Amino acid sequence: MSDLLFIEGGRVIDPASGLDAVRTVVIRDGKIAEVTERAERPGGARTIDARGKWVTPGFIDLHVHLREPGQEYKETVATGARAAVAGGFTAVASMPNSSPPNDNASVTELILKRAEAAGLARVYPVGCISRGQKGEELAEYAELQDAGCVAVSDDGRPVSSPSLMRRALEYARVFDLPVAVHEEDLALAGKWSMHEGAAATRLGLKGMPSQAEEVMVLRDVALVELTGGRLHVQHLSAGGSVRAVREAKRRGLRVTAEAAPHHLALTDEDLARAGYDTAWKMNPPLRSAEDVQAVREGLADGTIDCIATDHAPHSPVEKDLEFDAAMNGIVGLETAFAVCLGLVRQGAFSEKRLVEALTVGPARAFGLPGGSLARGAPADVAVLDPAAVWKVEPERFHSKGRYTPWKGASLTGRCVYTLVGGTVVHAADKEGK
Amino acid sequence: MIGRHRHLIGLEDLSREEILEVLKLAVSMKEVLRRPLKKVPTLRGKAVVNLFFEASTRTRSSFETAAKILSADALNWTSAGSSVTKGETLVDTARNLEAMRPDVLVIRHAASGAPRLVAESVACSVVSAGDGAHEHPSQGLLDAFTLAEHFTRASGAGPEAPPDFGLFAGKTVVIVGDVSHSRVARSGLHCLPKLGARVRVCGPPTMIPAGIEKLGAEVHYSLQKAVEGADAVMMLRIQHERIGDPLIPNTREYSRLWGLNARKAADWLTPQCCILHPGPINRGVELSPDVADGPRSVILDQVQNGVAVRMAILYLLAGGGAADV
Repeated sequence: MSDLLFIEGGRVIDPASGLDAVRTVVIRDGKIAEVTERAERPGGARTIDARGKWVTPGFIDLHVHLREPGQEYKETVATGARAAVAGGFTAVASMPNSSPPNDNASVTELILKRAEAAGLARVYPVGCISRGQKGEELAEYAELQDAGCVAVSDDGRPVSSPSLMRRALEYARVFDLPVAVHEEDLALAGKWSMHEGAAATRLGLKGMPSQAEEVMVLRDVALVELTGGRLHVQHLSAGGSVRAVREAKRRGLRVTAEAAPHHLALTDEDLARAGYDTAWKMNPPLRSAEDVQAVREGLADGTIDCIATDHAPHSPVEKDLEFDAAMNGIVGLETAFAVCLGLVRQGAFSEKRLVEALTVGPARAFGLPGGSLARGAPADVAVLDPAAVWKVEPERFHSKGRYTPWKGASLTGRCVYTLVGGTVVHAADKEGK
Repeated sequence: MIGRHRHLIGLEDLSREEILEVLKLAVSMKEVLRRPLKKVPTLRGKAVVNLFFEASTRTRSSFETAAKILSADALNWTSAGSSVTKGETLVDTARNLEAMRPDVLVIRHAASGAPRLVAESVACSVVSAGDGAHEHPSQGLLDAFTLAEHFTRASGAGPEAPPDFGLFAGKTVVIVGDVSHSRVARSGLHCLPKLGARVRVCGPPTMIPAGIEKLGAEVHYSLQKAVEGADAVMMLRIQHERIGDPLIPNTREYSRLWGLNARKAADWLTPQCCILHPGPINRGVELSPDVADGPRSVILDQVQNGVAVRMAILYLLAGGGAADV
């Protein structure tokens, strides 16, 4: 007898099919059997009461740092995957800047083995663009892809050499791998601690202008034109980058982009108000109000394909320091939905764009399965309570990372159930929250 | 306490009244400083720790002198290098020193925000003696004190008349030099407008930080235009590491365009305009020797007033008895 699960009475939002209506999602043997108005539920079938809730495809985050291997004190594949499902994410792409970096099959295989053992979110490893992320020689993309990598990136650092970037875009075409890039002109950026502007001037911190990102996006768009490669702009933060990606898409180039919740929600002035709190320090830094507005518009009009958290857990060893000395990076998996839903309420973009940018948007950008509730698809599903009000208490995070600018904030919107392959891997009510 | 504050981290946090509280007390302190017997028992039994992560003989000596005149015990702790290179974090160092039960921790650090981080980690009062390019609040206060003295003299009051802190209204103060890297400039910008003065900043665009207008500064690139009608000019030190940064081509060109010499001073400054410098001076770069030592210069007044202002700060934060001065 087959295993049946009914998610009943929720507002099903599935941008991939254009559906947004109250429906019941029927899951059989771990796959979506149907999404229907009237379901005949046989006795013995399990149910989830989703009345008043949103039912969406499980979220996909193209940008997380799981820190394993090498920095397990910050996060492991298991704790990161647990944080992911608590936030409604059923799949995450893990960045290769582990120690050692993921530039060979043995590291990729280790990550996949750990993910399988955890049995929570799907983990898609991302391999290095260059061997050791040194920016000198190409990594072995065939080996990485065979082992399970879905893209290549030197995230954490830019590909400074234009000729290496050109070769990466060209060579990756053989494998149709997206080349995902952290865009930062290191020479223009200099030694910095935050965005360059009046807030940095007031705090006396060294600033990095938005143009340090924009010039690299412009360079790489030009290189896509030269090579026909596939570019994915990571954690886009600058208004000029939005314009560059919009123009590239208009011209039909294979360019996709992601934006992080913090770059959609917070400005450098917000950072200044928080003082020198290192929970507000990340790369790229929180930008000006004009940049934030441009990034929001980019997400609203589809220039930006997806929301990705850049979940980057650190320990107090890296963070409880002078602002200049603290490492960049904050956690995001467990707050992303609520933060972005808050932006929807402010009118920054629509509910549909929100769900799209968390589901089918990222799936298409990296060519991943999932992101839709199509019949026969693996039942990766998030059930979300858009009205749940909760206080961000980092000590209760599933992630080992505790640094978030929303510490102590009251947010609205929470994931109540997460299903991966039809299995309930997260149930908020079981946590007494 | 300075008004509502247990710490002195920056002048941005202080109201006009709180700034005046320190300045007015510094008048009495300066009087103590000029006595033949420069010692009052006010802070006897109190301990002041000077925690300096950047070399600074001048500011450290000034705080030390201030503490000693008030009979506080002063301990100097100098620590080269950042917490990261040293292996002990800033918070750990501060907590270790705090365990020695000081009443005031005076901290100088190359990282902006470091005094605030320390203040959040310890129970005693914390005074910033300069943090990165953020603030140098005691310098800002001593500059204001020195300006008030100058404005008082210029108004025709006798040489022994106490400084009138009401004379900032309508005055223009020009800050010239590397404003980008200057905590002195920022503290001035947070202090002088609250007292009623206008502030202009001047220097090459490479040394004027983004959005400085939002701190109330009027920006000039031409020194001649900047000092037109000014009541005081504060020349900032040009740090040698900025040359070839590449913020300026060399000191020669900088000096030609933004340095002050006797001829420019005579041609461009009003007769009553005074010249300040936070020290140490690069003679021949931002100031020619004849100007630094000339009649307009109030640079040595700044040094003396620095002790008086720091006495006032330590007194207010270490909680000395009001009648003891």
